[in-house]
Amino acid sequence: MAHTEWRDAPELPDFSLLKRLARDQLIFLLEQLPGKKDLFIDADLMSPLDRIANVTILKQHEVDKLYKVELKPIVSSSDQLCFLIRPRIQTVKWISDLVNADKVAGRFRRYKIIFTPQKFYACETVLEEQGVYGDVTTDEWNFYILPLDDDILSLELPEFFRDNFLEGDQRWVTTAGSALHLLQSVYGSFSKVYGIGRCAKMVYESWRELMEEGEQRTRQPEFAKVFLVDRDVDFVTPLCSQVVYEGLVDDLFRIKCGTVELGPDVTSSDKSIKVMLNSQDKVFSEIRNEHFSNVFGFLSQKAKNLQTAYDKRRGMDIQQMKAFVSDELKGLKQEHRLLSLHIGASESMMKKKTKQDFQELLKTEHSLLEGFEIRECITYIEEHINRQVSMIDSLRLLCLLSITENGLLSKDYRSLKAQYLQSYGIKHLLTFANLRQLGLLEEQQAGETLTVMESKVGKLVNDKTVGKLTDAFSSLAKKSNFRALSKRLALVPKSGEEYDLRVPRDMAYVFSGAYIPLSCKLIEQVLERDGWTGLEEVTRMLNGQEFAVTARNKTDAQRIVLVMFLGGCTFSEISALRFLGKERDAYYVKQIEYMVNIKLSI
Amino acid sequence: MAFVTANWNPLGDAFYRKIELYEMGWNLKDGLRDCLVAAAPYGGPIALLKAHNRCSPSARPQLEIFSSSGLPLASFPWKSGVVKQLGWTVSDDLLCVQEDGTVLVYDLLGGFKRHFSMGNEVSQSQVLETKIFHSPYGTGVAILTGALRFTLATNIDDIKLRRLPEVPGLQGAPSCWAVLTQDRQSKVLVANGSHLFVLDNTACTPVTPPGLSPQASSIVHMCVSFSYKYLALLTDSGHVWMGTSNLKEKLSEVDTKIKAPPKQMAWCRRPKSQQPSAVVMWDGLLLVVGECKETIQYHLDDDSILVPELDGVRIISGTHHELLQEVPGACEEIFKIASMAPGALLLEAHKEYEKESQKADEYLREIKEQSLLSEAVRQCVEAAGHEHEPETQKTLLRAASFGKCFLSNFPPEQFVSMCRDLRVLNAVRDYTVGIPLSHTQFKQMTIQVLIDRLVYRKLYPLAIEVCRYLKTPEYQGVSRVLKYWACYKVCKKKNYILIIFVQPYCMPSCMLVYTVVMYLKNELNRGDFFMMLRNQPVALSLYKQFCKHQEQDTLKDLFNQDDDHEELGNFYVKASYKEQRLEARIAHLQSAVDEYYKAKNEFSAKTTEDEMRLLRFQRKLEEEKGEQLVGFSLHDTMTTLLSVGLHKHAEQLYKDFRVPDKRFWWLRLKALAEKEDWEELEKFSKSKKSPIGYLPFVEVCIKHHNKYEARKYVSKVTLEQKVKAHLAVGDVEGAAEAAIERRNESEIGTVLSRCSATTDHLLVERLNRAKATVAKK
Repeated sequence: MAHTEWRDAPELPDFSLLKRLARDQLIFLLEQLPGKKDLFIDADLMSPLDRIANVTILKQHEVDKLYKVELKPIVSSSDQLCFLIRPRIQTVKWISDLVNADKVAGRFRRYKIIFTPQKFYACETVLEEQGVYGDVTTDEWNFYILPLDDDILSLELPEFFRDNFLEGDQRWVTTAGSALHLLQSVYGSFSKVYGIGRCAKMVYESWRELMEEGEQRTRQPEFAKVFLVDRDVDFVTPLCSQVVYEGLVDDLFRIKCGTVELGPDVTSSDKSIKVMLNSQDKVFSEIRNEHFSNVFGFLSQKAKNLQTAYDKRRGMDIQQMKAFVSDELKGLKQEHRLLSLHIGASESMMKKKTKQDFQELLKTEHSLLEGFEIRECITYIEEHINRQVSMIDSLRLLCLLSITENGLLSKDYRSLKAQYLQSYGIKHLLTFANLRQLGLLEEQQAGETLTVMESKVGKLVNDKTVGKLTDAFSSLAKKSNFRALSKRLALVPKSGEEYDLRVPRDMAYVFSGAYIPLSCKLIEQVLERDGWTGLEEVTRMLNGQEFAVTARNKTDAQRIVLVMFLGGCTFSEISALRFLGKERDAYYVKQIEYMVNIKLSI
Repeated sequence: MAFVTANWNPLGDAFYRKIELYEMGWNLKDGLRDCLVAAAPYGGPIALLKAHNRCSPSARPQLEIFSSSGLPLASFPWKSGVVKQLGWTVSDDLLCVQEDGTVLVYDLLGGFKRHFSMGNEVSQSQVLETKIFHSPYGTGVAILTGALRFTLATNIDDIKLRRLPEVPGLQGAPSCWAVLTQDRQSKVLVANGSHLFVLDNTACTPVTPPGLSPQASSIVHMCVSFSYKYLALLTDSGHVWMGTSNLKEKLSEVDTKIKAPPKQMAWCRRPKSQQPSAVVMWDGLLLVVGECKETIQYHLDDDSILVPELDGVRIISGTHHELLQEVPGACEEIFKIASMAPGALLLEAHKEYEKESQKADEYLREIKEQSLLSEAVRQCVEAAGHEHEPETQKTLLRAASFGKCFLSNFPPEQFVSMCRDLRVLNAVRDYTVGIPLSHTQFKQMTIQVLIDRLVYRKLYPLAIEVCRYLKTPEYQGVSRVLKYWACYKVCKKKNYILIIFVQPYCMPSCMLVYTVVMYLKNELNRGDFFMMLRNQPVALSLYKQFCKHQEQDTLKDLFNQDDDHEELGNFYVKASYKEQRLEARIAHLQSAVDEYYKAKNEFSAKTTEDEMRLLRFQRKLEEEKGEQLVGFSLHDTMTTLLSVGLHKHAEQLYKDFRVPDKRFWWLRLKALAEKEDWEELEKFSKSKKSPIGYLPFVEVCIKHHNKYEARKYVSKVTLEQKVKAHLAVGDVEGAAEAAIERRNESEIGTVLSRCSATTDHLLVERLNRAKATVAKK
């Protein structure tokens, strides 16, 4: 499904510009510390950094050795140490210890910390508390956005979800706001901003403040609209098993920073191979959005075609052969290599996913989404836990059950939780506490109607319990209304109808025709209506906090929509949005905090 | 409504009205007698220093600050030197000018801000008289020293003292003087007997007011208008001369017929006044003079002061607060008796309309015939702005709105913004706020300044409401208010950060919160710090984050302080996993159990107790059997035990920990298959009825590639699962039989999909037939 084939598909902005900007700034920062230096890089920055500036470039700017930050004592003989890190207290503490150890040993070095994407006050406080504030220089590398693909941008902030939604720490909000501001200053302003969710609202506010401060550049805008959506608006979608190819690859092998590492069982050699997954990969770009049941057939057809191309060699004379080797063979070889990788991947996918276990898992998920045979589902989940099938899948199912059913009945909650703890140990008490905090897995308050709740709240009202009051309210507000929403937005197509996955008719195809991702449906509806009017009931059920702002300069010419998932999105959602874009002849660029498969434990 | 004109008095071509703003909320024993009083313009606060001229050094007069409605804002004993004059700055700060030329600055809630001196010369020769004045450059102070020289500071925020030239022939204190602002310069106008001088930086110029009546031998009082454009002089012969302040033009001269020296005189005019007029006050009498011979006289019961405003004069007495002003044009047009102005007709039309009388149409027609309807609407809207009573405002606005209905292209802005403005004005005029701003003043003052004033009074919620209501841009409005609020709170060092969190969307504040939290952490003792954090969810969560990495123990204290036993329990559970030694682990878990009980979380408590029991059990077994067990989950422990053949111990766990039958069966099943102990498995399957059914037996055998064993269990499988079981062992015929028997379409389909070319085609046919029959039904 190559986008470029569509007639009048608008041209996508050139995102390599963002990389260039980031690279130039990094080089500038490195040169601030002239001479040879060792560079320590936060583990999760390695891959993004590689996309921006590879080792050769770093070496050109006098980086001597590269190390991964491991929070252990270091062996470095260099007199200059440079640290490229995320603003995490732990890492800063480690650096402080390092500096102090050097001091004790009477060793003199120069230290420079480059925080990316920004400094946090708390980090500087740590430096100060550890008494090394004067010994290190600090800088910011404003590397906000990493283009992962032609139509995917990522902030690469894996902590975003946890910090923001679980810990209530909003420090990344400004980062997201700055990222939007950067996009706007490079690619022109948006004509319309939509959003839903508390975090989205805050991001917008922080972005708006930046807009007011900075000068407005008048530039032909390349984006039309931007849509901000909080992950907690739609928890259901990431809880469902993915069945589009790219999503499955992620579920099975984890795609990190646009790259997947395929193990020896896939590559049918003794080494594992790292593969970049993007639209440059001709094979991948054609299957990434397909339902996996179609993939195998497609690949074998492709293999046949390839063979035919190879077969042309037969009966060629020397001249022709020479031309063939120089013109086509390289391409064919490349394609061959990719094809064999994807065939390997989909084989191991088929092995794992066509098994009965997986089919039953899917069936349970679909029943939960439909609200059908819930008792059977609970029995299934119980068995799933009892048999220790998969720690994560069990939790996923539990959460899905809780969200779709507005919490578990007290009896079920306790028994399932007890079962889970027996299987996986009591450290998961904390996991359950976290999930409850997030509203992902809750116990129904038996017999408690809203009025009872309210009178309870009323009693709590005195200064000391303001905090508790807020909690009470938020737990009240977090109530999921999935059933009603699903009905209102027609998220679950009528069961019994045949769904031809080869010819998807709506976004539900990304979940085998059983469910349209709520997030994507919202985006579709809002863009269709050009706002939230008519969706009042829906937004009320989603706990409000929606907004739509029209910017000053309105140009309708552009059709590119930027969708920003605050707290991450799944590949299924990306596929669904690509489908939507194709249908509506518009382009969606997704900006995400981080790819997630909700995995939350302690 | 009928009485709108009741308090009107005609004077020449214009009318004057006196409106009561407030009945004063203060309770002053002797009224304003013997008090030094200063009231800030634009409905500002009132400062009162009682008994200031009792010169005993031990006297501690009370300095009090009130709102315009007389509600106390601050009160404190005056401990510094003798105060000669009180006055207010443009930003609502109180200036107290002392005898020695020191000026003390207080905020309107009585907080001392700073002091400055008016120079050596002043402190040596002492202050004789002082005037505080406002100019485009800020608030200024002018002092007449004991040496009969003037010293001037034009802007107290940027003090540049100027000593003005000497006044020739001045023997004692001048009869009167005033500060003028002309040609971007502050000058002093001094009267010495009948002689007038203008003092500027360089020179002292004698001047003569044109046409001043010759009877006068001395000018006893003078006043400058609010805008510095006009000057009024009162002579000892009782004549009031009014003219421009550059003394080039005379506007009028009126004989008051009172020769006693007045207490105060002030201009009473408004932008677009019809005539120049001034108010002169004596004991018990107030006189309005204009262009004509007549005057308006008001009787005063009480000692009062006059506060000149942009569009009138406020009169504050011990009991009342009133506004005297020339009736604005629009009001006059509408309410003047028998007025035929379009606005008046529209008002009349609307009244009739309310009465459902057809006269409404007649009036309306009359206006429309002259095509004056839009003028009428405009008049009503404007007049509403000038009316003080909300009822009158409403009547006028309703009339305007009524008139608007008959206009097609009338721009709505004026009406809408007037409604908004009035809503805000009525709110700030409220007795509890006490800022009696008129609409004209409000427009002159601007909304930003009004917000500031509310902020100075610490009326933050009102300020925010006003911002929101008037849709002031965030950075000018809400955010700014919050910033002040934050600063105030931080300065106050109490309840510090309350504010920053009130506005969850006020984002850069996150940084601010962190900064404040970190700062306070070092500044306060821990107890206070925690108490403060308690009510601040955002700050609390930020701080918790910090503690998680930096100070684990602090986190514990924090939960302790909060009596958050649930979190404490979790904390201990987490801590237990970090411990290597079993005793320490169990100790932590015990603490967790205690906390969970306190939190009334029996589930967690029981689970944790179980875990402790399990750990002890594991250790015991480890010691006895040398099998690595400690730290395993219950499930994993049992798996291990079964796999090494410690069935009895596994059995014991099964009983002790109330392991569900299903789980135990799964465990046994898996373990036996793992060991390929098929005999034992068969025995086990027959021990009692399987709670998990027999399909798992089939599947587990297949998993271990033992079809033979698998077949044994197929017959035991329930009907629903028969097809699956048959298919699992690869028995398509069996599956087909079962499916056909069950007449289940989807099952038949499943079997069909498993048929291959090698399958007996008769069977396929049978299946197809069965499928067709089922489908028909």
